[in-house]
Amino acid sequence: MVRTEEILLNVGPQHPSTHGVFRLVLTLDGEVITDAKPVIGYLHRGTEKIAENLQYTQIIPYTDRMDYVSAMTNNYVLVHAVETMMGTEIPERAEYLRVLAMELNRVASHLLWWGTFILDFGATSPLLYAFREREMILNLLNELSGARLTFNYMRVGGVKWDAPEGWIEKVQEFVPYMRKQLKGYHDLVSGNEIFLNRTKGIGTYTKEDALNYSLSGVNLRSTGVKWDLRKDESYSIYDRFDFDVVTRDAGDAFARYECRLEEILESLKIIEQACEQFPQDGPIMAKVPKIIKAPKGEAFVRIEGSRGEIGCYIASDGKKEPYRLKFRRPSFYNLQILPKLLKGENISNLISILGAIDIVLGEVDG
Amino acid sequence: MIEDLLHSSPGILNFGIFFVLALLFLFVILGFVTYAILAERKVLGFMQGRIGPNHLGGRWGLLQTVADVLKLLVKEDLIPKAADRPLFILAPVIAFAPSFIVIATIPFTDKLQFADLNVGLLYYIAISGISIIGTLMAAWASNNKYSLIGGMRAAAQMVSYEIPLVMSGLGIVLLTGSLNLNEIVAQQQEAGWFILWQPIAFVVFFISATAELYRVPFDLAEAENELVAGFHTEYSGFRWAMFMLSEYVYMFAMASLISVLFLGGWLPPFEFLGFIPGAVWFALKFSLVVYILIWFRATFPRLRADQLMEFAWKVLLPVALANIFLTALLKELLSIF
Repeated sequence: MVRTEEILLNVGPQHPSTHGVFRLVLTLDGEVITDAKPVIGYLHRGTEKIAENLQYTQIIPYTDRMDYVSAMTNNYVLVHAVETMMGTEIPERAEYLRVLAMELNRVASHLLWWGTFILDFGATSPLLYAFREREMILNLLNELSGARLTFNYMRVGGVKWDAPEGWIEKVQEFVPYMRKQLKGYHDLVSGNEIFLNRTKGIGTYTKEDALNYSLSGVNLRSTGVKWDLRKDESYSIYDRFDFDVVTRDAGDAFARYECRLEEILESLKIIEQACEQFPQDGPIMAKVPKIIKAPKGEAFVRIEGSRGEIGCYIASDGKKEPYRLKFRRPSFYNLQILPKLLKGENISNLISILGAIDIVLGEVDG
Repeated sequence: MIEDLLHSSPGILNFGIFFVLALLFLFVILGFVTYAILAERKVLGFMQGRIGPNHLGGRWGLLQTVADVLKLLVKEDLIPKAADRPLFILAPVIAFAPSFIVIATIPFTDKLQFADLNVGLLYYIAISGISIIGTLMAAWASNNKYSLIGGMRAAAQMVSYEIPLVMSGLGIVLLTGSLNLNEIVAQQQEAGWFILWQPIAFVVFFISATAELYRVPFDLAEAENELVAGFHTEYSGFRWAMFMLSEYVYMFAMASLISVLFLGGWLPPFEFLGFIPGAVWFALKFSLVVYILIWFRATFPRLRADQLMEFAWKVLLPVALANIFLTALLKELLSIF
């Protein structure tokens, strides 16, 4: 009888495909994972605690640094929460700029995911193609806000900067270009036999699991649950646009892949319509007091971020700082299903399972 | 010339000549490796919408690899405390030496060949099998779990893919009745290139060769996204350079072998092009094979370890065996060979 031993493998926090400082302690029986324990917190900065000593406008840059790949949606959830408490009416033009910025950012975020997901399988070219297109979006957002990742663009009551001249036209030019490139992406990767072998049927979970683990975003929709806050609990001006909620029934890594790529198309639809409806002129800021004080009470708002539902809870005692601020960070919740998915899997599937969940460590650790 | 030297009585002069020749040859190969790496980076760059190295040595980055190698050579020699020191030091040498030895038997032209062995093909396969010992040694000696998993994968892959490689090569041996590489090329002069007679064998051979070289999509042994760097995770500086060197020299050897077996070696594609020297034809065919290998790298994702094994045993091996059968039939019925 051969004596075998389980080995303990420490993946991360500097492992190349944990997409940041994520650590995973695996117990391996040969190449099969028998136990997985995620260890998080390497990027914890205590955003929520820091926020208790900051004025509302000062908190916005901190939200940029949570999900740094999709900062616009984080910006929005905070200002949206404060505006809900104050009952501020947002000017038309500002709403459109917000939606454009958020949807462009969503496309950029999904592109980054697409590139890195396939990079994890050892194909290097798609990453560079995705970055080429993402670069164009970042340039657009840079023209709008003056930053490429940490935008700090939205304010309570509107947005900080108006769109520069010709910006809308540039966005309109980008939409058909991106659609064309997306076709190329499908040609390059989606039908690849090796890629299909590594994603189809990998990391499958059921609708019930997804709901029980409180998954959101694509991770939920890939199991067939048609749930998108932009449609189901419409906020901002999303009810004015015609777009579909993309779902798949398989619930595996490939379903999530398909969902994300199709969501890019849906976002492009929204961008196209928003550009057409964009008001010629008007203010970009509502009339808000110099020092913003949320009235006494509490509010919880949630929106559809690139990775799932971002929630923001504010408890205020009427001062210029929040009494308590809490973010529902989707990556953190989505990550919880990982140990369940990993048990009994081959270690080579680790990266496709982890990659398909799409976590951003800044958001997981908060 | 070398033939005469081999048969002359041994002496210091003979040894000296051999030594100088081998040294010259080593430099030729190092030159190839230098520019193969550059070519790989440039071609990948073009395929990925980038420029590639373009600072050192002018617009084409001609000195980039030289600088890289220099940097690797002067790097601090790091050996982990928990590593098995003698094995750790020995492993890169054992991995590298066979890659250089196998080239001795490859005929670059009908005259330019170091050792005209009658068992050339067998010699190549036998010697190249030794390299895996170096890989396993490195994996074990590093005392690192990623290395160990990488090394095990490398060993399993090597063993699995060597079989279809040999089996597909057998088709050619059946046709020519010889293991001598020179003889194999000579026979293609009359019969036409063996890629025409053995298309199935060519495909199987090429796939297995890619796997033997640990290149994408079969680079599981050093899958950086899973195993950090596989068996050479703990290696750095010139020891790491040795592993890389052996990989590229194997690429040189394997591309040469494919040109010799299937693409007619130094023979021109048409009679009337015979005025161009054989060495040029060889270089062209050889570059084509290397280019395809780089192309693979820009295109494919990586296979999973178990799928890799399945593919070798359930697809490649039966196809290769069927090919042998077909070849035997062909030879009996057509009686060209």
